[in-house]
Formats: sequence, structure tokens, C-alpha cells
Amino acid sequence: MTAFVLVNISLFAILGATALAITRMRALYEATMLTALFSLVTGSLFVLLDAVDVAFTEAAVGVGISTVLLLGVLSLTRSREAVTPRRRRLPAALVVLFTGGTLGYAAQDLPPFGSATTPVRDHPVTETYLYQSQQDMGIPNTVTSVLASYRGLDTLGELVVVFTAGVTVLLLLGPLTRRNRPVKRDLVLADYRVLRVVSGVLMPFILLFALYVLFHGDYGAGGGFQAGVIFASGFVLYGLVFGLDRVQQVLPQRVLWVLIPLGLLLFMGLGVATVLLGGSFLDYDTLRPDDPAAGQRLGILLVETAIGLTVATVMTSVFFSFTGRGASR
Amino acid sequence: MTVQLPFVQVLLPLLGAPLCALLRSRVAAWLLFLLAALGSLGCAVLLAQRVATAGTQRYSVGGWTAPVGIEFVIDDFNTPVLLLVSLIAAVVAVFSHRSLAAEVAAKRVPLVYACLCLVLAGMLGIAVTGDAFNAFVFLEIMSLASYALIAMGRRRRALLAAFRYLVVGSVGAVFVLIGIGLAYAVTGTLNMADLAQRLGGLHGNRALYAAVVFVLVGLAVKMAVFPLHAWLPDAYAQAPSAVGVLLSATATKVAIYALLRFAFTVFGATLVFGVMPVGRIGALLAVLAMLIGSAVACFQTDLKYLLAWSSIAQIGYIVAGISLATTAGVSAAYLHVINHAVTKAALFAAAGLLVLRLGSARLDDLAGFGRRMPWTFAAVVVAGLGLVGVPPTAGFVSKWALATALLERGQWPVLAAMLVSSLLALVYVGRIVEVGWFREPSLVTVMNRPPVSMVAAIWFLVLLSVYFGLDATLPSSLADAAAAALLRNGG
Repeated sequence: MTAFVLVNISLFAILGATALAITRMRALYEATMLTALFSLVTGSLFVLLDAVDVAFTEAAVGVGISTVLLLGVLSLTRSREAVTPRRRRLPAALVVLFTGGTLGYAAQDLPPFGSATTPVRDHPVTETYLYQSQQDMGIPNTVTSVLASYRGLDTLGELVVVFTAGVTVLLLLGPLTRRNRPVKRDLVLADYRVLRVVSGVLMPFILLFALYVLFHGDYGAGGGFQAGVIFASGFVLYGLVFGLDRVQQVLPQRVLWVLIPLGLLLFMGLGVATVLLGGSFLDYDTLRPDDPAAGQRLGILLVETAIGLTVATVMTSVFFSFTGRGASR
Repeated sequence: MTVQLPFVQVLLPLLGAPLCALLRSRVAAWLLFLLAALGSLGCAVLLAQRVATAGTQRYSVGGWTAPVGIEFVIDDFNTPVLLLVSLIAAVVAVFSHRSLAAEVAAKRVPLVYACLCLVLAGMLGIAVTGDAFNAFVFLEIMSLASYALIAMGRRRRALLAAFRYLVVGSVGAVFVLIGIGLAYAVTGTLNMADLAQRLGGLHGNRALYAAVVFVLVGLAVKMAVFPLHAWLPDAYAQAPSAVGVLLSATATKVAIYALLRFAFTVFGATLVFGVMPVGRIGALLAVLAMLIGSAVACFQTDLKYLLAWSSIAQIGYIVAGISLATTAGVSAAYLHVINHAVTKAALFAAAGLLVLRLGSARLDDLAGFGRRMPWTFAAVVVAGLGLVGVPPTAGFVSKWALATALLERGQWPVLAAMLVSSLLALVYVGRIVEVGWFREPSLVTVMNRPPVSMVAAIWFLVLLSVYFGLDATLPSSLADAAAAALLRNGG
């Protein structure tokens, strides 16, 4: 118990120190690296809270993709922060104080950390999610049951948010505005033998691991979102080392933008199919009327696949848009 | 099949978005948006009829009943929002065909329509859902798509406008999320009806108070309530005209709906307006919004900025009605939501036509446009009188209802501010008339014939606002039913 408390306290101390360091830092490359550290520590805290799925997502998105994207942005702009004059920082300071103050005020009446009788635990819904789900779907990982079936509409919504982000980046930076100029070839990462060989060897394993995470989401931590990001990170790594042109030979933007809407349409189409089969939107029971639990598992699998497809392609497309912009400058 | 209507309402525009992105054809994308908007309108009409005859409609998504799964709830309170949003979207779809083609690069147009579909889906989703977290998800869809749309403006300043809105709007969205999270922590549920039931016994809980503060402040950002309004003028004025019409008429209104939903049916009027001083703060901010919004509008040099600042003042009227927390006040606020949406949409659409034909909405460039484009000028004047609140326009009806509601509670200072603000509105509408009619035309531009679709959209909105002024039975009955449903639930 004391060890647990100690680990928690030291992780929070590191988290706080990292956050302070990020705000003090003016060099943005260093700050970006610290945000990655921040995500890593947050992920560790999630593990301690037994929220392994969230930790997984935080590690994949926070440490992986978003760091790469931030670095991509920095390669397009200056890498040193322009300091805002002190008096113009006042509104932001007020917002921060207001948020922190209200949160501190709220924390006094929140159920104590680790308590056995919290409103969330006592609510019948939690009972349903934890126990009834074993009969409804028979999936050990209840996070997946809640995410893909009980609250499947929220997940569809979040996938639409990812899609919107992809559309936004394409509208603002995408190949729509790209001018083709010959890329000036300096020393690229592929000239380093170790990097070239290692990333070449890693590629198939990364993609395989992504598929494992996707299809294993029923049993352990993982699912479409994490798998999509891992899948994309394989292509991002390849693109970083071998250059954008090489990776786009395999996966041109054109193809990506067929796959992105397709993933979303698969999810919505599944919903429409369940309606046509006589159920409600996203009611997977209707897929297998003789065995509703199997229908649920089938529905969840399809949904996770759709999520993985759209997330992976959106992430890759966003990366292409950022780096492609850099190449054409 | 009618059982499925609540989800068809949201699904149509939601399906439109990926199809627009997939087909990548301008005409197909436009048709998809038009069909989605018309389909939503049809759904909304059918749902409104069904609610009127058969009472509240509930739809369990995924077949999981309420607190376990997500449910859509359609009642008297959200049918007006569904009707308003989908009607405006349909008009914008007609308007946008030529307007977007002129203002946005051809390659981007299909994706812009995808974003329009997403904004529409987000707004309709917020209106139909009976689940607090689901409302946040739709709020995010709506916001994200509108940032992208605003950035598509013709000038580089549009990018800055979109970026500022992105930062401010994201802070607002995070506040809403924190608030919902706190409410979940003290109740264990996300369903609005279930929340309301469980929160009733929790008065005095500081986490609950903080939840109310976070949700209300977060939504106030999206509503552009006075001190949180700074993102609005640039966002609406720099966005492509068709986007400006849609957002100015509906986006803030949907946020107002969400605020009412949370304040009255989730947290309860007793807590929000009784225990917490939200009513008094709201009235104060409303007064400031009315006075400052209208005053700043008088000094604008660009028609679109003038209209955007006037929107801030008009939101002040709506907030004044809400902060009364009476049936009459909420009904007046709702009526003004409908009337202002139609009026402001007409004005932004007319501004869009002027941009198309004169190349700019700067007042200097508009000099004398009334003599060369008398019909557009007439539309601007009629809708402008609606902003001032001259009888027999729609603006008069809702302002009258608001004044009555204020008098009922003896809110003299707010009423006085409203009158001053209306006089200021007369000044800024007068400025448009002065520029458009009494100044000599300054530049000679080639005047093409205005596209029929755009003119039709403008005049439909103008005539609708006049109709709502002459015969206010439809909007009034909708607003009264909504207010009654809201205060009955809120208890």
C-alpha cells in the first residue's frame, strides 16, 4: 500500500514538474519532447488507476502521433516561442485561476479516492456494464462492451470527430493546395544504416501488432482507436526514415481518402443494417437473432474494424499533409 | 417506420459527410447537402406532428434502455430547434450553390459541403439527444466542423478568426466536459433524466455547484454571451457568406438550447436560478451585451461585422429572457431565438449577395448600392427593421413578448437597456440605409445578374420574417409549448 502511494506521489510530482517546465520553456522542440514525457507519465497514472485502455490510447496518441505532428509543425514554423507581453497574459491567467479554483472547490465534495461506495459504483448502470455484459456479449473486456455497444453512438460520434479533423487538415494544408516542387535532398535519415535497417525490420511487426490490438480488444486492453494509431505510426516511421515519396508509393493520399470515408460508412452502414433488420440503430442483436450475444460480438468486431480503418488512415493523411507541406516549401 | 424518425433526423446529414468526401464532385456534394437538409426538415416536421399528437418520443440507440444506453428524447422543447435548424440549413443549401462556388476554391468545395453536413448533424444531434455526454460529442462535431468552415473565408484573416475561435471554443468545450464529468462523479449516470432525478437530492454538494458553473460557462462561450463574445465578429464576418448565414442563424441558438436543457431539465431551475445567482448574473451580462453590442455595431465599417456585433446584442435579449426563469421569459427568449435566426439569416444572406456582386461588404464599397440593386436593398431594409423591432416585423413580436415578461417581474433596468439598445439598432440600420441610398455610387463595377437561387433564398427568409411578424401564431405556439414543457420538467 505504501509503495503504491509512493509511486502515485512521485508520478504526480514528475507530472507537475513537467507541466511547469513546459510553461517556462521557450524552445519549442524541447517543450514538445516534454509534452511527450507528460503523456507518458499520465499514461502511467492511468495504469495505476486500472484504466489500461485509456493508458494505451494516451501512450499511442499522446506520446506517439501527437509528438510527431507537433514536430512536423515545428519544421514549418520557427521553433522558438514569441513571448507574449505580460499584460496580455492576464486574461489567460484569470481563466487558469478560475478553472483551478473551481476544480479545487469541487474536489472537496467528490467521493474520496479509492472509496468502495461511490455514486458511480453504486449506480445500477455500473452493475449492468460489469456483470450483465457477460451475458449480453460475453466479452471479458467491459470497456469494449461499453464503448462499442452500450454507448456505441458516442463512439460513432468520436469517429466522426476524427473524420472531421482529417477533413479540416486536408482543407487547410492538404494536397489541394500543394505545389509540386523538387524536394531539396539533404542528408536524410535513410542514409543512416542503423535507422534504415531497424525501421525496415520493425515495420511488419508494428503492423502485425496493430492488427493484434484491433482483434484482441475483446479480451484485453486495445481496440480500434489504439490499433488505428499504431498502424499509422508504422507508416509515419517509414515516412520519417525513407521520405514521403517512398511511403506514398504504397499509400497515396488518393487511396487514403477513399478509405477514410469508407470506415465511417461501414460503421453507419452497420447501424442502418440493424435498422433494416428490424432493430434499433446499432442494435447488434439483430445480426444473429438466434444468438444475440454472437450478434453483439460480430457487431463489435465490425465496429472496431471500421474505427481502426478510419483512425489509421486519418492519422496517416494528417501526417502526409504536414510533411508534404514541408517538402513543397 | 415512424419509430425510427429520431435517428433518421441525425443520420441523414451524418451520412452526407463521408459521401461528400468520397464522391469529390461539387454538384454531387451540393446535392447531398441539399437532400440531407431537406430530409432533416421533413423528419423534423413529421416528428413535430407526432409529438403534438402522441406526446414525447423516446428512442433507445442500440436497443439499450435509457440509463444503460443512449436515448434520443423528442418533446415540445426541442422540436422548434429541429424545425428551425433544418429549415435554415435547407435555405442555406439553396443559397450556397452559387455563393460557395464564387468564394471557395473549386477543389475544396466538396469537403466544404462535407463540413456543412457535419455542422448540421452536430446541431441536430445536440437537439435530439437525452444523454449529457452524447450532447458533448455532438457539440464537438459541430464546433470542429465550424472551425474548418470559418477558415475557408476568402481573406487570410479568416485563418486567424478560425484559430481564435478554435482556442476559445475548445476551452468552452472542455469546461462543458469537466462539468459533465463532475456531475457523473456525484451521480454515476450520464442520462439527462436520470441525472435530474439524482441531482435533486444533492443540493449543497460543492462538486455539483462546480458542475453547474463549468457547464454554463462553457456553453456561454459557444453562445457568445457578452464577456465571452470576442470570437464571434471575426468568425462570422470572415467565414464564407453561406457559412456565415448558417452559423449566425443556428450555431449560437443551438448552444442556447443546450444551456436551457442543462439549466432547467438536468440541474433544475431551483438549483440554478434559486440557490445559485445565475439569474442576476445573466441579467447583468444581458444588459451589458445589449448596450455594448449595439453601440459597437454603430461604429463598424463593414456590413458583416456590423451584423455580427448586432448578433451579440440580440443574444443579450435572449439571455435577458432566460435569466427571468419564468414561463413568459423563457417563451419570449425562445420566440426571439426563432425570429432573430430568420432575420439575421436574411441579412447575412443579403450581405453575401452584395459580396458576390460588389466584391466586398465594406460600407464604403456599398455606397449607393440601393439605387442599383433596389430589391436587395429592400430586403436589407425590411430585415433591418426586424432587428430594430419595428411593427409589423418578427422582431417586434418577440421584443414585445420579452418586454411583457420583464414587466411581469418588474425588471425595469433591463427593459430600459432593451429600449436603448433598440434605439442604437435604429442608428446602425439607419447607417446601412444612409450608405445604400443617400450616398453617390462610388465605383463602377460590372453588374452581373444576381443568381436566382440566392435571391430566392434571401426573399424566402425576408418574407418568412414578415410573416412571423404579421401572424405570429406558429412561432408563438411553438415557443409557448417549449417553455411549458421546459418548466414543467424543471419543476
